[in-house]
Amino acid sequence: MIALSDYLILSSIVFCIGLAGIFINRTNIIMILMCVELILAAVNTNFIAFSFYGSDLAGQIFVFFILTVAAAEVAIGLAILTLMYRNRGSIDIDVTNTLKG
Amino acid sequence: MEFTSILFYVFSLFFVGSSLVMITSRNTAKAALWLILTFFSAASLWLLLEAEFLAITLILIYVGAVMVLFMFVIKMLDTEASTLRAQFTRYLPLGIFVSLVVIVQMALVLNAGPFDLETVGLPDQHGPSYSNITAIAQQLYTVYVYPFELAAILLLIAIIAAITLVHRTQLNSKKQNITEQINVQAKDRMRFASINKKSTKGSK
Repeated sequence: MIALSDYLILSSIVFCIGLAGIFINRTNIIMILMCVELILAAVNTNFIAFSFYGSDLAGQIFVFFILTVAAAEVAIGLAILTLMYRNRGSIDIDVTNTLKG
Repeated sequence: MEFTSILFYVFSLFFVGSSLVMITSRNTAKAALWLILTFFSAASLWLLLEAEFLAITLILIYVGAVMVLFMFVIKMLDTEASTLRAQFTRYLPLGIFVSLVVIVQMALVLNAGPFDLETVGLPDQHGPSYSNITAIAQQLYTVYVYPFELAAILLLIAIIAAITLVHRTQLNSKKQNITEQINVQAKDRMRFASINKKSTKGSK
C-alpha cells in the first residue's frame, strides 16, 4: 500500500522542481507565476495527504482556502503584468529597475 | 502490487515528468499546456486520497479558469522576446544547487521514518455511502463559516483590483464634475427667447 511518506516525497520533489523553475526562468514573469502555481499544487498535495492519513478534514478545508487565495493572486498578478507590458513594452524582469536604489 | 499503487505511480510519473518538462520549456505557451497536464495528474492523485471535491475544484478552477487566463495573457503579450531566452542557462547551476539543497533537507526529515506505514498506518476506510462533499460542506458551513465569507470578500477585492488595474478607457457612466457644477453661470442654464406677439395671437 502507499504510505504517507510516499506522498510526502512526491510533493517535495514537485516542490523542488517548482523552486528550480523559478531560478531557471528568472527573467520571465509568466513562468515565475506558473512555477508558483506548481509549488502551491505540491503543497496542497501535502495537505491532502496529511488530511487523508490523519482522518481530519481540516487539511482539505485549508486547501480550499489556498486555492481561493491563489486564484486571486493570479488574477492580480496577471493584471499587473498586463499593465507593465503596456507601460514598458516588455515583461522582462530586468527592465523593471525603477525602484532600484 | 495493488491496483491503487499502480495508479499512484502512474499519476506520480505524470506529475513529476510534466512539471519537469514545464520548467525547462522555452515556449511559454507550451509550458502552460504542460502545467495543465500537471494539474490533471495532481487532481488524479487527490482522487486517490478521497478528496473528490478538491480534485474537481482543481480541474474546474485551475484548468478551466486560471490556465485559460494564463493562455490569454501569453497570447496577448509578446513573450517570445529574444532577451527572455538568452539567459536561460545562466541561472541553471544556481537553480539545481538550491533545489538539491532543499531535496537533501527534506530527505533527511522524511527518511527518519516518522511517516512510514508502520508508524502512521492506513486510515479507516469509508463505506460507499460516504460523501466527501457532504463532509466538507458540514465543516465549511459550521466551523469555518467565517473564513468562508472572508474568502468571498477576498475574491471580490481581487475582482475590483484586477479591473481597476487594467481598465484604460473611460466608461460611459454618468458622474459628477464638481468644478463644472460650481463654476456654472445663470446664462449657461437659462436661455431667454424673445417671443413674437403676433405669432402667439395667431396660435390662439
